[in-house]
Amino acid sequence: MTDLSKTGAALGEPTRTGGTPSAFLDVRDLKVHFPTDDGLVKSVDGLSFQLEKGKTLGIVGESGSGKSVTSLAIMGLHRLGNRGKNVQMSGEIWLDGKELVSASPDEVRRLRGREMAMIFQDPLSAMHPYYTIGNQIVEAYRVHHKVDKKTARRRAVELLDRVGIPEPNKRVDSYPHEFSGGMRQRAMIAMALVNNPELLIADEPTTALDVTVQAQILDLIRDLQKEFGSAVVIITHDLGVVAEIADDILVMYGGRCVERGPVDDIFYEPQHPYTWGLLGSMPRIDREQTDRLIPVKGQPPSLINVPSGCAFNPRCPYADVPKGGITRTERPELREVGSRHFTACHLSSEDRTRIWNEEIAPKL
Amino acid sequence: MAVVAAISSAGLLLAGCSKADDNGDNDGNKAAGANAATNSVVNASTAKGGTVNYAMSDVPDSFDPGNTYYAYMYNFSRLYARPLLTFKPAPGEKGNEVVPDLAESKGETTDGGKTWTYKIRKGVKYEDGTEVTSADVKYAVERSNFARDVLSLGPNYFAQFLDGGDKYKGPYKDKSEAGIASIETPDKYTITFKLKQSFTDFDYLVTAPQTAPVPRAKDTGVDYTKKIVSSGSYKFESYEEGKSVTLVRNPEWSADTDPLRKQYPDKIVVKLKVNQATIDKDLMAGTTTIDLAGRGVDTQTQAQVLNNADEKANTDNTYGGRLVYAALNTEVKPFDNVECRKAVQYAIDKVAVQTAQGGPVRGDIASTVLPPDVIGYQKFDSYASKGGKGDAAKAKEHLTACKQPSGFKTYISARSDRQQEVDAATAIIDSLKKVGINAEMKQYPSGKYFTDYAGVPAFAKKQGIGIMMMQWGADWPTGYGFLNQILNGKAISSSGNTNLSSFDNADVNKLLDEAIQNPDEAARNAAYAEVDKKTMDEAVIVPLTYFKVLLYRSPDATNVVSSAAWSGQYDALNLGTTKK
Amino acid sequence: MISYIIRRTFAAVILLLVVTAVTFGIFFLLPRLAGQSPDQLAAQYIGKNPSPEDIAAVKANLGLDKPVYEQYWEFIKGIVSGATYNLGPTTAKCDVPCFGYSFKQHIEVWPQLVDRLPVTASLAAGAAVLWLVAGVATGVISALRPGSFFDRSAMGVALAGVSLPMFFTGQLALLVFSYQLDIFGRTYVPFTENPSQWANTLILPWCSLALLYSAIYARLTRSGMLETMSEDFIRTARAKGLGERKVVLKHGLRAALTPIVTVFGMDIGLLLGGAVITESVFSLPGIGQYAVQAITDNDLPPILGVTLLAAFFVVFCNLVVDVLYATVDPRVRLS
Repeated sequence: MTDLSKTGAALGEPTRTGGTPSAFLDVRDLKVHFPTDDGLVKSVDGLSFQLEKGKTLGIVGESGSGKSVTSLAIMGLHRLGNRGKNVQMSGEIWLDGKELVSASPDEVRRLRGREMAMIFQDPLSAMHPYYTIGNQIVEAYRVHHKVDKKTARRRAVELLDRVGIPEPNKRVDSYPHEFSGGMRQRAMIAMALVNNPELLIADEPTTALDVTVQAQILDLIRDLQKEFGSAVVIITHDLGVVAEIADDILVMYGGRCVERGPVDDIFYEPQHPYTWGLLGSMPRIDREQTDRLIPVKGQPPSLINVPSGCAFNPRCPYADVPKGGITRTERPELREVGSRHFTACHLSSEDRTRIWNEEIAPKL
Repeated sequence: MAVVAAISSAGLLLAGCSKADDNGDNDGNKAAGANAATNSVVNASTAKGGTVNYAMSDVPDSFDPGNTYYAYMYNFSRLYARPLLTFKPAPGEKGNEVVPDLAESKGETTDGGKTWTYKIRKGVKYEDGTEVTSADVKYAVERSNFARDVLSLGPNYFAQFLDGGDKYKGPYKDKSEAGIASIETPDKYTITFKLKQSFTDFDYLVTAPQTAPVPRAKDTGVDYTKKIVSSGSYKFESYEEGKSVTLVRNPEWSADTDPLRKQYPDKIVVKLKVNQATIDKDLMAGTTTIDLAGRGVDTQTQAQVLNNADEKANTDNTYGGRLVYAALNTEVKPFDNVECRKAVQYAIDKVAVQTAQGGPVRGDIASTVLPPDVIGYQKFDSYASKGGKGDAAKAKEHLTACKQPSGFKTYISARSDRQQEVDAATAIIDSLKKVGINAEMKQYPSGKYFTDYAGVPAFAKKQGIGIMMMQWGADWPTGYGFLNQILNGKAISSSGNTNLSSFDNADVNKLLDEAIQNPDEAARNAAYAEVDKKTMDEAVIVPLTYFKVLLYRSPDATNVVSSAAWSGQYDALNLGTTKK
Repeated sequence: MISYIIRRTFAAVILLLVVTAVTFGIFFLLPRLAGQSPDQLAAQYIGKNPSPEDIAAVKANLGLDKPVYEQYWEFIKGIVSGATYNLGPTTAKCDVPCFGYSFKQHIEVWPQLVDRLPVTASLAAGAAVLWLVAGVATGVISALRPGSFFDRSAMGVALAGVSLPMFFTGQLALLVFSYQLDIFGRTYVPFTENPSQWANTLILPWCSLALLYSAIYARLTRSGMLETMSEDFIRTARAKGLGERKVVLKHGLRAALTPIVTVFGMDIGLLLGGAVITESVFSLPGIGQYAVQAITDNDLPPILGVTLLAAFFVVFCNLVVDVLYATVDPRVRLS
């Protein structure tokens, strides 16, 4: 467990005005909207957070909550390709003192892969099937380093060795499909780390892997983070994945942040009914399957017609607890509920404490 | 004859006009005038040299003189293969005269046409210098008539007429030196043919290239077409299958043994598979001298040349020795009744039919079975109507006599891939409708017209086909050659029948059978005219038009004659060119 | 790999046998549909008014009187061990591979095919280069800007290119550029004789054929590229910081090319078997023209020869495509 006092991820109130950021990664009121024939898809709608080097932030949410778009937006990948042609984006993303939203695509491209790198969910589809692992790592290296192929290859072998691939000298010439799932993800990580990036974004890095391999990969990411000292963002729908690795956790729902705080606060004093639901859906070895809290019912909200009031109200079992139907008319603001612990919920703190202690915690 | 005369004078008239137009132009290379080659030798010249260029839109069945059945090849092959007799290179009907070629004189018969003897000229040499003998002629007849498994493209009249012709197996299966017994070669220069019965047209039969000598040692059967040994004035320099053929002078040929050939051009080139429009264009441009097939220019070119007086002067609009007619099927009711047949004779508007076929340039209105350019033709019209437009009133009279006063229903067959024939049938249907006869057209592909449809009497009867469109030309230009296959009851066969009317009249049969055995030519021709009249009285054939072709005569060509013997085609023997 | 090719070759031979058997079957067993009865076939070799005796004699000589399977066996035997044909006084030797002897033209089929293949190959090769370059380039550019003016107009032209028949575009091209403007020749000249004239005559057929095919390839490339460009590995390539051009050409096109290679192999195979319409329109003396002639003539040996050759090319090109597939896509292992 991470010690709270040591936590470096700044989780202060979102800064709405400009000014040089103090944090290594500072995202301010980020909005990413995609116009479609059906309407405007508000994938990310006013998201803010900070992250320091050497620290890990876990972004948790269901699919469609905007967590992946957030990561792509930081990388500048959301506006490439056909889908990105009409993207509307506002807010600020500061990376090591550089603002990325207003930067030219080429400036962002030069940072991509070098200062910030990404590990994708399914390494089989994320790696080019027709090129060898080595080839793809070499390519990633040579985009940003003017070195000959031999040097780049040595670097690739070195990295493959570092991520724990046996016989890297041989395996460097293998194709992705010749690797096991875990090996592929290691290779993917090697490819991401080849340029010593300061920010590493891992999008569901373990989803496609089986449980034992998952742990190995998470260990590897943690070890590498220590070694390279980078800032890490792990995106997942599974709180369990980030429990052991993240310093801070940000819970997203409907394109917005509903709760965020240090990892221990989120696990032991969660304040938002949606976080409770996520905790309930976490598989745990020390609990009988039968008395599991039923996970969040219903479907994730449409990002075109986000429910009025609290976006979570249609699925929230406690939507009627606050009086006057406020949950359906007014959007709750993010409020500090503890030290660097924020939540966006209309429930009074008394109600939250009561429900958590009486109804939720005993079932977890 | 009168019709031909009219045409000829019209031609002269036209020629006169064009001369008047060209007054003051004195280069001496003037167009001879329309139809000039049908009555005179156009551009007569004895100048040697140059290349005569032939072109053809298709390929001939074969260049092998023993394996071909087309008039243009009968004509052309004489350049390298000399038959015993041939037709005189002369304009119009003068070309129908049979003259000696390899033989010294026409055939001699002492028994009224059953045995025929020919004396071969001495000293005639093949291109390799060896002398032509009577045995080579015998061999040529044997290979061309009795090896039907491999050389099957030509006719086999000799096999039909020679004594024992049905027994002999041919020189390829029967390898004996003796060959067929009914052809005797008592010495190197004499050949005698012994027939089953007298056949007075035999001289016409030996004009076929099948009597041109082939040395047994040089015969390669199917492949002989590639390595033909010439006995004529030209020999093969190159032979490219389906593409081109080049003939050059045969140095072994001598004018001393050949009264007909003159060996004017240096070279004769035949280009095959040339687009017909290109051929026409090249003819006018002078790059091609002669269209080998001799079927005339295509319709586009026809309009072009007929609308231009200068170009028209270079054309010959000649008879093709063919009759376009409608056969009335005596096997199909009510055409078993002569009155109904006569009704149709009167009902048809022949002018409309002629127009549908392309107008007078494609044929003159016909009233007889024999066309004017066939020996034995006599002009008459048993069903005359005003202007040839038909006589509905008379037709109705005959319908009443036939007990079909309000008309009847029948079918008319035509070849689907011959547009002119379909158009003509449509015109007939229209005129028949006016007298109450409802005819419906049935179309069949020409390739199977005789083998599967109209030529199968059982089929025609079953389908109720009362009227059948037909075109007929003879293999040799005599009344017998023309009439026997289409009118003799004995010629009716169960498939491939050409006596489409299934006309079996004892008088006509007798006239034909006796005429061919009658040594008196005048009597024979009188008999053919009688057959013609009888046929018209019986009304089994409705003559529509005497087929004509429009040939374009290259202004550079010399010694051009359009001969009736070759269906109006230009005689190939002495064609030359002013182009050097 | 070797054993794979051997097995495929074996399968190909079987397939070719089936193709010839089917051709034989169509020709003889469905005379009303496609060919003619043996009698009618034999009549083709006889002059006017064939008599039953003549037909019987010709049938016997050509072997048309034998049962179909026996004729088929003779044909196959000829390919493997040659054959002899009765010319009358002598016999003609038809050397291996003997594809038969056309009695209509009095020549062997195989040398004719060999003679005509360079023409068809010239046509196919030149057109293929053109349509590959034009079609793939157009498709890629269209795919990168779907809905753009370029995309819309290119796909419009492509639709027209696919829909317009060769005998229209070809004739039009001939009329304008050859007959009217007199820029291009119309008589085929072998490359070995005069390369510049060879190209001069072939430019119009190349372009006409390429117009047709590049239209197909542009659409194929476009849809392939659209699909590929939304693949995860494209995102990865971008995440590395690669420039867009490299992403498109090295990562996108490489993957999109695989189905194009397959179709390309098929098309080349089919074309080598004779570009029937193009050759007819432009009077190129190639395999296609030969086939048309053989069919009009009802000349069985050349029809069989062309069919077999065409089938061979299709099968062969498919084999090449499969082998190529393994080199293009490392996931494919030939076994």
